[in-house]
Amino acid sequence: MTIASLIATPSELTDAASSKTAIVLMTRIRLARNLAGQPFPGWAKPAQRQKIAEICAAAVAAAAPLKRSLNVAVADLAELEKQILVERHLISRELSGSKQGSCVVISKDQTVSVMINEEDHLRIQVMRAGFQLKKTWNVITELDSSLEASLDYAFSPTLGYLTACPTNLGTAMRASAMMHLPALVISSQMEKVVRAVNQLGMVVRGLFGEGSDASGSIFQISNQTTLGEPEEAILKRLNTVLQSIIEHELNAREKLLEADAGKLFDKIGRAYGILQNSHLLNSSEAMNLLSLIRLGIDLGAFPDANRSTIDRLFIEAQPGHLQHAQKGEFDPAQRDVLRAGHLRSEFANFVHPDFTLINSEKI
Amino acid sequence: MANPLKCDLCEKPATVHLTQIVSNKVHKVDLCEACAQAKGVTDPSGFSLSDLLLKASLNPEIGTGGARCESCGFTQTDFKKHGRFGCPVCYETFKGVVEPMLEGMHKGTTHTGKVPQAAIARKSLYERLNKLELDLTDAIKTERYEDAARTRDEISQVKQAHNPPR
Repeated sequence: MTIASLIATPSELTDAASSKTAIVLMTRIRLARNLAGQPFPGWAKPAQRQKIAEICAAAVAAAAPLKRSLNVAVADLAELEKQILVERHLISRELSGSKQGSCVVISKDQTVSVMINEEDHLRIQVMRAGFQLKKTWNVITELDSSLEASLDYAFSPTLGYLTACPTNLGTAMRASAMMHLPALVISSQMEKVVRAVNQLGMVVRGLFGEGSDASGSIFQISNQTTLGEPEEAILKRLNTVLQSIIEHELNAREKLLEADAGKLFDKIGRAYGILQNSHLLNSSEAMNLLSLIRLGIDLGAFPDANRSTIDRLFIEAQPGHLQHAQKGEFDPAQRDVLRAGHLRSEFANFVHPDFTLINSEKI
Repeated sequence: MANPLKCDLCEKPATVHLTQIVSNKVHKVDLCEACAQAKGVTDPSGFSLSDLLLKASLNPEIGTGGARCESCGFTQTDFKKHGRFGCPVCYETFKGVVEPMLEGMHKGTTHTGKVPQAAIARKSLYERLNKLELDLTDAIKTERYEDAARTRDEISQVKQAHNPPR
């Protein structure tokens, strides 16, 4: 598979998510693994990095879920291609800026990606649209076991899988859910949620991880600690936290409707109008408008079938995807014009909202 | 200040200073403007100081000792600078530094999750073969030929059991 054909194929994230998964857009688990007897990528010399990459790439390419996958060195990717992979959550920003000897293997359906020579020798990642912790874990642990059949992992009976950074020791697992929480944001409850979630040993981050903002009311919630409890216990804890956030978001939606439905409908209606008619949209504003339309879909003002369109537009509104679609490189001001144009054409035929269909029973 | 603080992540002068109390210990972070931006420190909504503390592992109690990893040449000073270790053996070398750090960092200090069964089985096999090879050399050197023959048979048995002919 080539990078061009991969980019031309829609990502897992834009998969038609059913209404049950309305709040959780995507579930993602990653495992960090290292080879015994080899320096970690950040400390390895170029020749060592090259050798490590060869050993890992051979094992990864042979694993069943990665047959006919894209297998490419980071150095061989254009800046725009890297940006697109970051926007699809297939590679990290750290990998996209890395030195010689780093590569990535991405499955044909874009649900599995293995980064080689990022912070650790191997960063295995599996993602699934919707709320799928259990399923995602089953897929990734099977892949991990099949890699381990040919790779000698660095492992200590007391510290678990050994990783470059001690914050990842033990299970070396980070499980996360990408959540759309517009009502908690509108009713200014997010700060409270973040604090509560932190106390439960989980972390809240923006759409693109550490340090990124939460435009579009999209947040990533993941486990903070990796050592001291088995994978299943971490996943169970995360699941409980996620369930309770979903409940809070649903309550907040109900409260918004009870308190002042007109105000909420106005926000959604205006978002629709701007998306149909604006000529300048920066990425953050576009995300926030799309988020309101998505909320409108969840509430019933638009048909459910439109949710996957919005999820696709969330990605297409990102700078990398936008420039790729327009076949060129553009500065931010030009991108705002292009973004507005793209959304205008998408919304020209988008079904009109019908606010009479909203009743709080349906939430 | 006569001696301006340097950024904990790079070498530039630090202009952003943060203090936070985590599990009754005072943690201080000094960053230059660029690193503070990169880590999202200036955006309060997306920034978690504990995250940065854990990542950079700026534990004030870590001194800069002279220990050096035999396997990869990594030193404690390198760890303070990078917040990451050099190789898997470093965890053995810098055990005294790692152990106290883990308590505040994780839920427990002992791994109870998945174990790489195949890799561990292979490791014990390598170790067994290594020992047998040594026995063999020793037996030949001391002219215990019966022992040598027995050891040689054992080696081929172990190899065959693990790698059956196709």
